[in-house]
Amino acid sequence: MNCIYILWIRQLKRYFRARSRLLASIGQPLLYLLALGFGFGPIFQKAGQGSYIQFLASGVIGMTLLFTSVFSGMELIWDRQFGFLKETLVAPVPRILIMIGRTLGGATVALLQGLIVLAVCLVAGFRPIGFESIPLALLFMALIAIMFTAFGTAFASVISDFQGFQLVMNFLVMPIYFLSGAIYPLTNAPKVLEWIARVDPLSYGVDGLRGVLTGISHFNLATDLVVLGLLSAGFVVLGGYLFSKVQV
Amino acid sequence: MIEVRNLTKRFDDVVAVRDISFQVKRGEIFAFLGPNGAGKTTTVNMLTTLLAPTGGMIRIDGLDPVKQSNEVRKRFGIVFQDPSLDGELTALENLQLHCALYNVPREERGRRMEHLLRLFELWERRKSYVKAFSGGMKRRLEIARCLLHTPKIIFLDEPTLGLDPQTRHQLWNQVRKLNNEEGVTVFLTTHYMEEAEKVAHRIAVIDHGQIVALGTLDELKQKTNTETLEQAFLALTGSTIREESASSKDRMRTVARLIRR
Repeated sequence: MNCIYILWIRQLKRYFRARSRLLASIGQPLLYLLALGFGFGPIFQKAGQGSYIQFLASGVIGMTLLFTSVFSGMELIWDRQFGFLKETLVAPVPRILIMIGRTLGGATVALLQGLIVLAVCLVAGFRPIGFESIPLALLFMALIAIMFTAFGTAFASVISDFQGFQLVMNFLVMPIYFLSGAIYPLTNAPKVLEWIARVDPLSYGVDGLRGVLTGISHFNLATDLVVLGLLSAGFVVLGGYLFSKVQV
Repeated sequence: MIEVRNLTKRFDDVVAVRDISFQVKRGEIFAFLGPNGAGKTTTVNMLTTLLAPTGGMIRIDGLDPVKQSNEVRKRFGIVFQDPSLDGELTALENLQLHCALYNVPREERGRRMEHLLRLFELWERRKSYVKAFSGGMKRRLEIARCLLHTPKIIFLDEPTLGLDPQTRHQLWNQVRKLNNEEGVTVFLTTHYMEEAEKVAHRIAVIDHGQIVALGTLDELKQKTNTETLEQAFLALTGSTIREESASSKDRMRTVARLIRR
């Protein structure tokens, strides 16, 4: 337990000490929120779908969680290059505990970023249906964060350089984001997109979050929660397994 | 303390370590001397549970690093060839992290950290970020860190790489002192002849993944009929320059070094 705590607190310390990273990672969601939110807003409204900001907010929060978590998970690559990873690999602690500590740390960082973006959304005009929905929203956010941090750790365990990181970012993370229904409603989307969204883990996260915050969801909350819970557990197991196989 | 028999490590088509055997006695300072790419670090990685051997047997304090890795890990401390500190943390935080990972008893942590930081003359800088440290300070901190859990064996993989003569001198004095006063067994690798000559009780010369000679300094000189260890070394390994094949990992290491600056 000791070692889970110390690795968790390490991630938080690193996060709070790197202020530029904090700002940089909020920049992109902010851009999406403002450019898409206000740019497409009128069209969305004309199409009879209501307020776009209201719809988009959950998507942008989901995006922040996705990007920050995957990045946190993949910080493993940095730790490998800068040598720190070895310090944890020779420690007399089961690897799975190290992986859990890292994952919780990364997920906490992502959750904090998500909360900051939620606050920004509120400023931009987003209104959740009620504040009693916040705890459930937090649960969804935490699950998204844990799932994708473990996802990042899993990948970082098998690839060892920055090029691989770029590959994952461009060919996995971007599609996961764009095809998840984060920025467009799945209800009237072409069948193909709808089906793709069904195999995209983020879809369930964003949908659940949107359901909780705005009362409108495409799948239903129970499905979202079950799928998300299973996937999170699955990725933690997979990440833990691959991490335990890491050699230098 | 360390027993190795017919140890072999193969990476795809390259044999990095080829059928080596040796023993390190309790309380001994044992040096692995060899040119770049000879298999020194690969051997250390296998001894320290980081790599699984392809063949052969290893015993560390009677234990098998593959099957009893956590028990083995408790018994040694290691300073890797490349720094393994977290630069975004302070010196003290790096040590605290180590204490937590190694489950050092809480009531002893403060005292041990202070003792080692003072011993390696880093006490005044304990609250500085490690990224601001010089190469020598980082090394000293790493040695201090590897001693926190009072290991029986310490592995030093080219610990003086890139250090100035003063720091090297001081570092070896401290290693000798630890060995003398606390009986810590030391396994070190180096390609600096004079270091092996100065501190090691016994030296194994390794080349192309094989041990080409093993013995005390005098035995090596006698065997090769030479005056100095340098001559003995060249007599044993030849004087051609080794071409290491740079893997992507090596290239990344170079990049990481550049960034670190």
